[in-house]
Amino acid sequence: MSVIVPTASPETKINLNDPQVVAEQIKMAQPDAVESVSAQGIVVKNDKLLDVARYLHDLLAFDYLNNVTSVDWQDRFEVVYNLTCLARGGAPLTLKVNAARENPTVPSLVPVYRGADFQEREVYDLMGIRFAGHPNLRRILLWDGFAGHPLRKDYREPYYEEEKKPFGSRWDQGHHVIAEDRNPWHDNVQYPANFDAIAYKPPRDQIQAISIEEATAARIHTDKIVLNFGPQHPSTHGVLRLRVTLEGEIVRGVEPILGYLHRNHDKIGERNTYLGNVPYTDRLDYFTAMANNLAYVLTVEKLMGVKPPERAEYIRVIMAELTRWQNHASALGFIYNDLGAFYTPLIYALEERELILDLFEATAGSRMMCNYMRFGGVARDVTDDFIEKCKYLVNERLPRRTDELEAYMVKNELFTARAKNIGILPRDKAINFSTAGPVLRASGVKYDVRRAEPYSIYDRFDFEIPTGTVGDLYDRFVVRVAEMRQSLKILKQALEQIPSGDTMTGKKNYQIRVPKGEIYGRGENPKGELGFYIVSDGTPNPYRYNVRAPSFINLTALNDMCVGYKIADMIVILGSIDIVMGEVDR
Amino acid sequence: MAYGLGLLNGLRITATRVFKTYVGDFKHLGRRYNDKLFMERQSVKGSGIFTVQYPEEKLPVPENFRFVPFLVYEPALDADGKPIIDPKTGKEAVGKQRCTACGICSKVCPPQCIWIVRATTPEGKPKPQPADFYIDIDVCMNCGYCAEFCPFDSIKMDHDYELANYERHVSHIYDINALSKPTAYHAKVHPTDWAREEAERKAKEAKKK
Repeated sequence: MSVIVPTASPETKINLNDPQVVAEQIKMAQPDAVESVSAQGIVVKNDKLLDVARYLHDLLAFDYLNNVTSVDWQDRFEVVYNLTCLARGGAPLTLKVNAARENPTVPSLVPVYRGADFQEREVYDLMGIRFAGHPNLRRILLWDGFAGHPLRKDYREPYYEEEKKPFGSRWDQGHHVIAEDRNPWHDNVQYPANFDAIAYKPPRDQIQAISIEEATAARIHTDKIVLNFGPQHPSTHGVLRLRVTLEGEIVRGVEPILGYLHRNHDKIGERNTYLGNVPYTDRLDYFTAMANNLAYVLTVEKLMGVKPPERAEYIRVIMAELTRWQNHASALGFIYNDLGAFYTPLIYALEERELILDLFEATAGSRMMCNYMRFGGVARDVTDDFIEKCKYLVNERLPRRTDELEAYMVKNELFTARAKNIGILPRDKAINFSTAGPVLRASGVKYDVRRAEPYSIYDRFDFEIPTGTVGDLYDRFVVRVAEMRQSLKILKQALEQIPSGDTMTGKKNYQIRVPKGEIYGRGENPKGELGFYIVSDGTPNPYRYNVRAPSFINLTALNDMCVGYKIADMIVILGSIDIVMGEVDR
Repeated sequence: MAYGLGLLNGLRITATRVFKTYVGDFKHLGRRYNDKLFMERQSVKGSGIFTVQYPEEKLPVPENFRFVPFLVYEPALDADGKPIIDPKTGKEAVGKQRCTACGICSKVCPPQCIWIVRATTPEGKPKPQPADFYIDIDVCMNCGYCAEFCPFDSIKMDHDYELANYERHVSHIYDINALSKPTAYHAKVHPTDWAREEAERKAKEAKKK
């Protein structure tokens, strides 16, 4: 399947960031396609969705599909799409489509946006909405023998207690019970009707397999084999399984099989209170807890209309940029590890990471699970000691280390010979596959949420967006090194400008009031665009809470990046996407 | 740049790194494993060998470090104002629990691992005191919300992180006895917080008078 490039130029005179204007444009082209328009987005007729998406993509240059998610409104389902034009930037356009409660079906957008592939499979898996025309509509996070669709409001998980936290059994008469005792293991697994778990064979295990008898009878001389790579393999960065089709050493197809670390973060988030979700976001991408906190808190703050004080804004930026530096440093170390430079560069990278984590620990209380941001500020102020140490790191030690790292990693001839022209992801594909972060920028797309839709106080800082040219492994590596330098540049400015004052707007409150509404908020994480789609119904718990996980969506492009290269390259290409399974599987 | 120089430069860097790990050994011959030098190596300006030989060596935890919570109680005092030591447990005897069983910590707890039984008077009316207080430390995610939102400074995050055990159904369900720790312990592990809380308490009492 090839990729379609928009024919229209992104420069137009009309303001296409306004849903009303876009709806007018759609109405001109497709008179009866739009159901309603509001600030929350454009609702499109179910059967016209593909035409509208084609029109938006080809003629209005909305070339990037940020997020696909769905909401269960009890009487109907709603699928929500967020589209952006990368060249124009600005807030994404929200497109919605309704589906019936019984047998919900929506046209698939994979023919237009191939980045919808995994995301639609996820919606199908967790919400049970079928996507007509999807090339490979199977469960992705849960296994095939799973009964039900857990994100539906009527689904109840095995250790179900109550719809919403806090649970009534905890206080007043909170006699402790272990959840497993209340619901023993043998009652814990539900199978679909007429399902025999013992005899069950997943359908995908039969594809491409050819028995010896068949091969000899047909006199086929084939070397094609299917290799299961992982889930327990040190080079898969966690419990990821790759079904690799190999012809000799050459990769002919890669299919990531996910879900070994799945815990349904979305459902947990809907049971939780808004505040209770902050520590859970730490566990998404556990390398970048601070940046996850920031993206989530910003989203809810947008809904609440709260603004943190100046000092808190600066502290947030400092924390997020320190996170970016240490994430990239260890990601580069891991790529070298995958290349066969066993652990030495990684351990070098971890040294500075330790120092940064020490700072996090002294301020937030934990090295990795920081739980530091609050709605309207940060949990506690940083000390003078923190600022002093941070200044030393940012002005002296980290620049020195970045230079050293570049000297022994990027300028190494063995590395350049190995990494150049490997795993090429062309610009058009990078956009169409909805890749984000360094993967997108290495393919030559100058897009960074911090610049395209500046959040927090990023509009005050002077920094550049490094991009690659070819989109190969080498570019993805070099872009990360350049981003580390830009992070240091931002950090230097932030540390100079940081004012004194409060770190919290209003009093700290554990009962957060979030007005009714729905919002898609995002932040530029080290791995890419981390988005949160939150629907609030005015109660203390979110009605719908969805995470746009950059590592997960970046994996969509893995197959196209790997085909044609050797299996040893595939491992490095996977490393260069920089995935964390905590975020992929959620 | 001539081909191969980048590789040689890389080898120079790794060789320098290897050499640096021995610098401490030669400089402080035989005295490498003392606390002062250990902290120097671990500081932002440290260099050379960076690894910590756990459990022989341990990094000190900062004051804000949080692990599973504990309950703060005021010790029972004797006539001289000194805390009475309970001969059975060897700990300071419980005078009064600071906890009033208001339930804020159990409501704010994201994984819902705090279970509180509120005490009642003989007539059956609720009393501001916990009859029992459980924390399932395997469920606890060490987020620190309970300590952050407690209005009575009665629940605090502990520094003890070595809690491994052979089973989890009995020894990892902390009841009120296992959770309770005297004010002196809180003052020891959180000196800054303690000083601030005491100052606030005194200011409040002065205002009342």
